Amino acid sequence: MAILNSNVPSGPLATKWENHKFSSKLINPANKRKYKVIVVGAGLAGASAAATLAELGYDVHNFVFHDSPRRAHSVAAQGGINAAKNYQNDGDSVHRLFYDTIKGGDFRSREANVHRLAEVSVHIIDQCAAQGVPFAREYGGLLDNRSFGGAQVSRTFYARGQTGQQLLLGAYSALSRNVANGGVKLNTHSEMLDLVVVDGQAKGIVVRNLQTGELTRHTADAVVLATGGYGNVFNLSTYARGSNVTAIWRAYRRGACFGNPCFTQIHPTCIPVSGDYQSKLTLMSESLRNDGRIWAPAKVGDKRAPAEIPEGERDYFLERMYGAFGNLAPRDVASRAAKTVCDEGRGVGATGLGVYLDFAESINRLGEDKIRERYGNLFAMYHEITDEDAYKAPMRIYPAVHYTMGGLWVDYNLMSNLPGLFVLGEANFSDHGANRLGASALMQGLSDGYFVLPATISNYLAGQAPAKRPPVSHAAFAEAEGDVQKRIQRYLGGKGKRTPSSFHKELGKIMWDYCGMARNRAGLEKALGLLGNLREEYRKNLSVLGEAAEWNQALESAGRVEDFIELGELMCRDALEREESCGGHFREEFQYTKEDPEVRNGLVNPGDVKRDDTHFAHVAAWEYAGPDRKPILNREELKYEEIKMSTRSYK
Amino acid sequence: MKVQLKVWRQKNRNTSGKFVTYESPDLNPNMSFLEMLDVVNESLASRSEEPIAFDHDCREGICGTCSLVINGKPHGPHKGVATCQTYMRSFKDGDQIVVEPFRAKAFPLVKDLVVDRKAFDRIQQKGGFISVRTGSAPDANSIPVPKENSDLAMDAAQCIGCGACVAACKNASAMLFVSAKVSHLGLLPQGQPERFRRVKAMVDQMDEEGFGACTVTGSCEAVCPKSISLDFIARMNRDYLVALAKGESKKPAAGGV
Repeated sequence: MAILNSNVPSGPLATKWENHKFSSKLINPANKRKYKVIVVGAGLAGASAAATLAELGYDVHNFVFHDSPRRAHSVAAQGGINAAKNYQNDGDSVHRLFYDTIKGGDFRSREANVHRLAEVSVHIIDQCAAQGVPFAREYGGLLDNRSFGGAQVSRTFYARGQTGQQLLLGAYSALSRNVANGGVKLNTHSEMLDLVVVDGQAKGIVVRNLQTGELTRHTADAVVLATGGYGNVFNLSTYARGSNVTAIWRAYRRGACFGNPCFTQIHPTCIPVSGDYQSKLTLMSESLRNDGRIWAPAKVGDKRAPAEIPEGERDYFLERMYGAFGNLAPRDVASRAAKTVCDEGRGVGATGLGVYLDFAESINRLGEDKIRERYGNLFAMYHEITDEDAYKAPMRIYPAVHYTMGGLWVDYNLMSNLPGLFVLGEANFSDHGANRLGASALMQGLSDGYFVLPATISNYLAGQAPAKRPPVSHAAFAEAEGDVQKRIQRYLGGKGKRTPSSFHKELGKIMWDYCGMARNRAGLEKALGLLGNLREEYRKNLSVLGEAAEWNQALESAGRVEDFIELGELMCRDALEREESCGGHFREEFQYTKEDPEVRNGLVNPGDVKRDDTHFAHVAAWEYAGPDRKPILNREELKYEEIKMSTRSYK
Repeated sequence: MKVQLKVWRQKNRNTSGKFVTYESPDLNPNMSFLEMLDVVNESLASRSEEPIAFDHDCREGICGTCSLVINGKPHGPHKGVATCQTYMRSFKDGDQIVVEPFRAKAFPLVKDLVVDRKAFDRIQQKGGFISVRTGSAPDANSIPVPKENSDLAMDAAQCIGCGACVAACKNASAMLFVSAKVSHLGLLPQGQPERFRRVKAMVDQMDEEGFGACTVTGSCEAVCPKSISLDFIARMNRDYLVALAKGESKKPAAGGV
């Protein structure tokens, strides 16, 4: 069994982080440069961490599989980033952002981590504005805000519909500055394929150069993984095609625990699937719900064009079901409501899997120009994909996989149970519990990278003698590289007939059908059987063309898809084990019904998720037990010191 | 629908390449151009022919990874749209479509349709930043920025670094890319202290990488998937002249420490 110590500092919640920073160990500037730190990934978390660690004086080596750090998928985040600035004077505060976030996560995140996130949020905006991130401004020259789901205040900062791009370019510019001054050694087109563990501590990685196929070993005093989420296990998602689980999965196979793998975010407003050739789903930002109203026909099977359906025959179902938050209900709630409406036969579009997001009223009220200024790029994107004009007719939207709250388990210092291995951003499990609120992912990535890791990593490094990391000739490096070699040979030597992408499609369908928006015991058990077969089939019937020592995209995906299949099994196992519903994890067996007092008291609707705090107020941290062996379930109990777990109500 | 593809195939930069013609399988007009290539690649793999290598990632027009010169035009037929957001409904049944990589001396070929655009990173590293250490920033509202300047800076900052401007230019000039970054930072009060060092250092590196000169023909603006305006080149030229007049040293601004 792994040892899971959250290392949450003692003392009042509001002073934990300040006290922790003060009591953290320091390393003198002359010694810092003797410590080599590997950072894998250069999205918001990775780039900000690499830049900041270099500023502090560490010898930073950054590895990215893209051709440039600026391509990381943080770039695609549209809507915004939360911060408790209270520039709107609407009653926001650090405590309110903290409470909204922990409630949004359905009380399945770690209290102290979330409070720290809310504290740090205000510094992120300062940092980004100073870097030249062109946030939206008012005519007086000060920063503008918009509203996002799960909150009743306006605390979201944004740069048109491209906030992620602008924040990433900010972090990339900080990274570039530190590459130029020698603080960061940048390795692009370099994919991490294994973690090297020496005497129980993470001490290096094995990397494949995607242009030449060359494998190299890299030793370090600490390894930081900031490699993003694993939503592509569903094949169709809003992730980039290259997003993958490989770095954290290989770390899991080396002993790092995987926290809450089944916690997946399904985003309510994406462009619906149009055909089986489809390679990705496109998000329509949550910010659209500031001015768009979601509805479906009130009558089953109403196939009239939206304009022909009179007001009285429309069901603005979020406004009806969740009066207090209406169209800004959190993502898991809004997604499930849309699914329910479609399951009832009231869905729109050719497939019946869609509902309307309608801007007619806002256009009447504010004028088309105002809407264009706020969301022009999103309307253009919608037009390119669907060939429809959303200024004239409502958008059609449907939920799609968007984010994974689960990830490698980390303590308060962001260190995994493997000493020396730190995990940041979406790749860790930490701050969003069972559901992430909109505009909180960017906040967490930058919080981890700019402010948290740079303050906590010294607690580990100070215990390591300077410049005493193992040489790459160490047996553990040879073994890891050998494993990677064998794996590559196995893929290229396969005599099968099917491409990795055909397996990926099949995997995605199994996961969406049985481990998607609604889950139940029978379905999850069936999925485990199907995934076991798929894994076998993968070993027997895979075909990868080309060579190892060249640019070979099929070979790259062969490894990524196999990892996804294994991960899929772990997700189903985790979903099966968690016999409650919470946030995005909806087990059909556990939902509120008319008979429950919470429904009669008007707190929740029948069909809302029903938590079981007595048995499941914990993080499920899965530990690898070897190939073809059932993983071990470790639990970290979630102890709330200052707030009470309560029924999440958005009515 | 079906189309005929004439695709550039080249194993690596040390071998010579050639066009190879493929008949596509049956396609749906709602497929994206890259999904069409996915389908073609699946059919090639099923015949044990090596798939066509092409760069792609986000497939929603923002990461700048996708490239391709389609029928002679970087990013294909539409204005302000990247290859990944181009749909097959833009073509007719039976069309022949010629697909080539972004060609430029500063973008060496990797394989088939994939080129190496690291030169852009190196230009960025010379000065595409504001030197601010983490933790040293003042309150974000302490420096007001006129909305007009902020909006214009955002217009420039939208550049996705794809390199279409270079591929379209007869001189393979990177002026639109560099000017977008220089203008974005130069328009903001936070970018003023390094404004002239920045432009000098970035332009010098651009020349060093082997990008050509700008003759203001405007093909870059015409193909830019983010419709970055040619005006930014004029703005950069002004700043560059000022930098020369001020005698900015040859020494790059890089690092800021």
